[in-house]
Formats: sequence, C-alpha cells, structure tokens
Amino acid sequence: MFTLYKTWHPIASPFDPCKPILEKTFSTPPNLYIGFQPPNLPQFSPQEALRAGTLWKAFYDPYFNPFELAKGGNPR
Amino acid sequence: MWIYEKKLQYPVRVSTCNPTLAKYLVEQYGGADGELSAALRYLNQRYSIPDKVIGLLTDIGTEEFAHLEMIATMIYKLTKDATPEMMKAAGLGDHYAIHDNALYYENSSGVPWTATYIQAKGDPIADLYEDIAAEEKARATYQWIINLSDDPDLNDGLRFLREREIIHSQRFMEAVEILKEEQGKKKFF
Repeated sequence: MFTLYKTWHPIASPFDPCKPILEKTFSTPPNLYIGFQPPNLPQFSPQEALRAGTLWKAFYDPYFNPFELAKGGNPR
Repeated sequence: MWIYEKKLQYPVRVSTCNPTLAKYLVEQYGGADGELSAALRYLNQRYSIPDKVIGLLTDIGTEEFAHLEMIATMIYKLTKDATPEMMKAAGLGDHYAIHDNALYYENSSGVPWTATYIQAKGDPIADLYEDIAAEEKARATYQWIINLSDDPDLNDGLRFLREREIIHSQRFMEAVEILKEEQGKKKFF
C-alpha cells in the first residue's frame, strides 16, 4: 500500500541506556514521486486551497505530531 | 520592485504565552534553513541563473519573506508580554540581556544569522539542488517544531508553512527538469 510515511527498525541492544525506539518513521512527501507536474490534476476549491497551502490535492500532505497521535491526540 | 500587502499570507493564531516555543521557532527566523536564509538565497541566485527559471526564484524568494513575517508574528505573540523571569525560565535569559523582548536574526541556540548559511555557485544545477535541499531541510525543521509544540493554533500555521516547503521543492525540481531540456521528449536513456 502506498504511504507518505516510511518506517525502519534501528538495531536495539539490551544495553541501550534509554528505552529503545523499535520503529522509526520518516516523511516522504508527494513531491518526491510526481516528477514534472502533469496537466489537469484535481484541484481544491479556492477556499480550501488557501487553508491547505496548495491548490493541488496530489501535493497535500499535512503533518501531525506523531507523539500526540500515539497518545490518541485528534488531528483537526 | 515589490508591492506590499499589509496582511499575513495565512492567519497566525497563538493560544498560549509560551516563550520556550518562541525559542524553538527562532530557528525558522534566523537559522541556517530558516525563512531569511531561503529568501536571501533565492533572490540572490536569480542574477546568474538561466532566464527560464528567474521568475520562479523571484516568486519563491518573495513568498519566503511572507513566511518570515508569519514566523516573526508567531515569535512576537509568544514573547511580547513575557517577564524577564519567564524569559529566563525559557532559556532566553541571555537573549533578554542583549535584546529585551525584541526579535533578532539568530538560530534557536542564539547564534546570529550569517551569510555562510547560503551559497551562490553560479552553476544552475548546483544552485537549484541546494535550493531543493534547503526546502526539504526546512520541511523537516517544521516537523520537529510541531513535535515540540503543544499549541494547536500555532501548529495549524506551521502545517501550512510545511506544505509550502513541499510545493517549493516540487517547483525547484521542475526547474531542474526544464534546464535539462529533456522534458516531454519521451526519450529513454
């Protein structure tokens, strides 16, 4: 399944002083995949676009604090 | 020449008086990958880049100043009524000793902005690749500040700014494609 966030698993030693983070996530935003923008991509309405920060739905990739999301925080 | 519109590109709302958050945000004000570096980098590179992409650098460089103004507003709101005690508790005691509650072009560790943060190599590909890297670094910085921040209103503005970094990176990558002059030729190497 395609996702804009990728994960990897750092090595955890039994002697690590801090509680090991078993899975790390990083962002791979849509601009890495699209190349030169093709014509006629779907657009947001002008009002939506002003809030989203882009006119193009394909480039919209909002970021939320993953630590808050893990605690059940609610992205607005 | 520029025309100034006396409003922010996106509304800046701050819910709490939180000078600690201002300390982190200053990274985007006067840091290496901040908005000031971005604006000055692009507007300066314009002069020695092929004319096909000058307009892009002008547009994005100008928008970076609009972002700088948003960051300044955020920092100002977070610190304007902070007492010296609050500044000290936020790790801004040394900033207060020099600047009172004024804004200054420095990074979140208090290191003043320097032109060594930006480069102009005169080689269009080298310059555009620097610009792409700068946008991705600024995107990452916004992510880490969102992770540090517990102010939902402020994060809303930061999310907007991060999205703009994605779009700018996209446009710089398209500029590289334009200069490669193979765009749309359907040629396979």
